[in-house]
Amino acid sequence: MKAKIRKIIVQVDEIHQDGGKPVSPPTRRALAMAVIANPYAGRFSDNLDELIDIGEELGGLLGQRCVQALGMAPEQAQSYGKAAVVGEGGELEHAAALLHPKLGAPLRLAVSKGAALVPSAKKQGTLGTAIDVPLGHKDAAFVRSHFDAMEARVADAPRANEIVVAVVVTDSGRPHPRVGGLQVHEIAGQDGLR
Amino acid sequence: MMSELIELRRVFTHVEEIHHEFGPPAPQPLCRGAIAAVLRNPYAGSYHADILPMMDALNPLGVELAKTLCDAMGVKPERIQGYGKGAIVGAAGELEHGALWHVPGGYAMRELLGWKGERASYTQGGGGDKPTGQPGNALAIVASTKKVGPPGAALDVPMTHINASYVRSHFDAIEMRVPGAPHADELIVILAMSTGARVHARVGGLKAEDISQWNGLR
Repeated sequence: MKAKIRKIIVQVDEIHQDGGKPVSPPTRRALAMAVIANPYAGRFSDNLDELIDIGEELGGLLGQRCVQALGMAPEQAQSYGKAAVVGEGGELEHAAALLHPKLGAPLRLAVSKGAALVPSAKKQGTLGTAIDVPLGHKDAAFVRSHFDAMEARVADAPRANEIVVAVVVTDSGRPHPRVGGLQVHEIAGQDGLR
Repeated sequence: MMSELIELRRVFTHVEEIHHEFGPPAPQPLCRGAIAAVLRNPYAGSYHADILPMMDALNPLGVELAKTLCDAMGVKPERIQGYGKGAIVGAAGELEHGALWHVPGGYAMRELLGWKGERASYTQGGGGDKPTGQPGNALAIVASTKKVGPPGAALDVPMTHINASYVRSHFDAIEMRVPGAPHADELIVILAMSTGARVHARVGGLKAEDISQWNGLR
């Protein structure tokens, strides 16, 4: 592996009740995070290939960890998202190198299909910085019931020379969606939008 | 759940694999985990003199959470070496409501890890085991802490060795928080476990392999 991983963290959030009304079956969201060394910390580099390759490794690893944590087949995944928090020795572009060029393809393999753009967020931060990983339906970005976010945060990371990379995969939308819009059963799944 | 006192609203699990903390990578990564159940607090909003029914009602939930956590960590109970517990009470509740978790939370993990709950098994557990520090049937008190807090409040759940509280390598804590919980009328109960010592433990003191008294302390 090119990634120098210090920690991997996996969280599962199961919501059984919201607003006084039971959620049946419970909605489930899994978040997998890797705390990695930033190979470009403390220096400016025009070329960010190393992080691009690390992004590819982590897309598969973190996507699989999420699916595994939910104990489901890849086909049961419904929405996804990704994010990165760059420690103060790095730059925002380092998050972009991890997230955008190559992370998506192996993540899509882990969740099967994935016609839609993977929603993303990035920021610079420090130990315990929280980032809200945006979520959207993996096959049709306009599915309104699946617009959501899951908070990602590692208490002791990122140190200055580290980056926290996060992937979220769910088996459901929000607990009680009722604001209309495109429904899951109406997905065409061709253009990634509808 | 069996009791009407227990209304489960959310279950949040957290598992971390620690490969290193800038020192020599661990041959086998340390695995630490915590599980939080968000419950309705039936005593929120006013003073109730008798809150003990909730303590008994929490027992089955505790056992279930302990098992779920161990499964999420992907390890057998025999590999658990450290544990701790905690509670976060929503703003309409009282610190004492968090104290309801002491008995059922501790019982749950000790049950899972093989504690028999009577003196004979203390002796048997110690006498029958090789002095590896594991297993010894979870003899040590389960370290704990609690607070009243707002949604998203973080709790540093203390952890110690399951068989001897004085094992210095296993003094640890895991930060646990559930984004968005507890609401004012909620109560979060937490269990935590780990598979070993701090990843670069090197400050001396009693070692797990030197546990000798099998009294939960040393």
